[in-house]
Amino acid sequence: MGLSPATASSKVTYDPPSQDGWVTTRLEFLVNWGRANSLWPMPFGTACCAIEFMATAAARFDLARFGMERLSFSPRQADVLLCAGRVPFKLAPVIRRIYEQMPQPKWVISMGACASSGGMFDNYAVVQGIDTIIPVDVYVPGCPPRPEALLYGIMMLQEKVKQQRSLSNQKQYDEIAIDPTSRLYLPPSRIDELSEPFGNSVHQTRSAP
Amino acid sequence: MTVVLPGAALPANTPDPVTVRGIPHRGGEANPSVAALRAQFGAAVGRHEVTWGETTVWIDAARIREIALWLRDDESQQYDYLVDVTAVEHRDTSLPIEMVWHLRSLPYRRFLRIKAALDTTAALDVPSIEPVYKSANWLEREVYDMFGIRFGGHSDLRRILLWESYAEGFPLRKDFPLRGRFSRSEQLSQALSANPEAPYSMEELSVADAFHELPADMRARLLNERTGN
Repeated sequence: MGLSPATASSKVTYDPPSQDGWVTTRLEFLVNWGRANSLWPMPFGTACCAIEFMATAAARFDLARFGMERLSFSPRQADVLLCAGRVPFKLAPVIRRIYEQMPQPKWVISMGACASSGGMFDNYAVVQGIDTIIPVDVYVPGCPPRPEALLYGIMMLQEKVKQQRSLSNQKQYDEIAIDPTSRLYLPPSRIDELSEPFGNSVHQTRSAP
Repeated sequence: MTVVLPGAALPANTPDPVTVRGIPHRGGEANPSVAALRAQFGAAVGRHEVTWGETTVWIDAARIREIALWLRDDESQQYDYLVDVTAVEHRDTSLPIEMVWHLRSLPYRRFLRIKAALDTTAALDVPSIEPVYKSANWLEREVYDMFGIRFGGHSDLRRILLWESYAEGFPLRKDFPLRGRFSRSEQLSQALSANPEAPYSMEELSVADAFHELPADMRARLLNERTGN
């Protein structure tokens, strides 16, 4: 073993202009602490995942322990859009509008296989993942996920909120840029890539238009 | 127990399958309405078959409205309940697309399934029975939405499950690809461009419009009801 000489990179330096001040950092910690522990979810339940979400909110699993006992059924007073269940194309403009109505800062949890990827519904009617419509922060896998899984996803989101530079980074509060002609916020090639078939559904064919 | 694989012959002396009440799979007593229909409409009524005690009768699609009207209003029939309107397209494309109507007579406790083969070479057009049964309105809209069968004389024939600007065709037709015709980005772009409030017509939004069609006792009750102000 033996001691090796200290390298230059391990030297502790102090460069105030490149770092935030102590006061800002502590204030950010306080703001994040407040936000993370009083997230108001807006449940957007369309299928069986919503039943599991109800179990999560009820007494046994008790969502209230995480500061979420106030479910917001209006997007105007919500922080988290919790999409539980499959989203058909007919609901795509609805969930987009609900997301746009939510005030900043806002986060999205995609609960279950169908909301995250279309699940087993790789057909003409179902959106292949709500991340093609709105940006998603946490994906909770499962069909449907157990309440423990949803709680883990919520705690991951709280962790994300606590890590945010909520005061210094104003860009995160920008609304998504929607292309006025296609109404998409991602390039079409990216959406086609996200919606690629997988599993058994690769054997299906698409006829020419 | 003997396992019989699909397509294989049944062992000798196998009894025909019956239900617990002794109803045979094929054959059995037909609904008396079939004989009455034949007597009334003659050549417009084709063959019939009885499956698990339920009678199916094939008719000429062009005459469904007068047949339904007669079945509803004749004293000896009284089919007062339209259970379902749907259609079938078989995987074997040489078979015709079939229209299916399910009727039930509550006074006589009868069930009748009426089928009509449609000519797939011509435009799929069937007379609407909405003038006979009001409940056919949404059922026929669903058949139009999924199969593209047009109902002549329907008061409001537009899509009911898919949105009105849906441009990919009719999803339950066998030539419709399961994932739809357009790319995912194109499908999403078209869906996001739709107005979510567009499917509701003024008729659906306005209860007051239907007031004069309500039963008399309900009208009287609503008239006396205070309107909030």
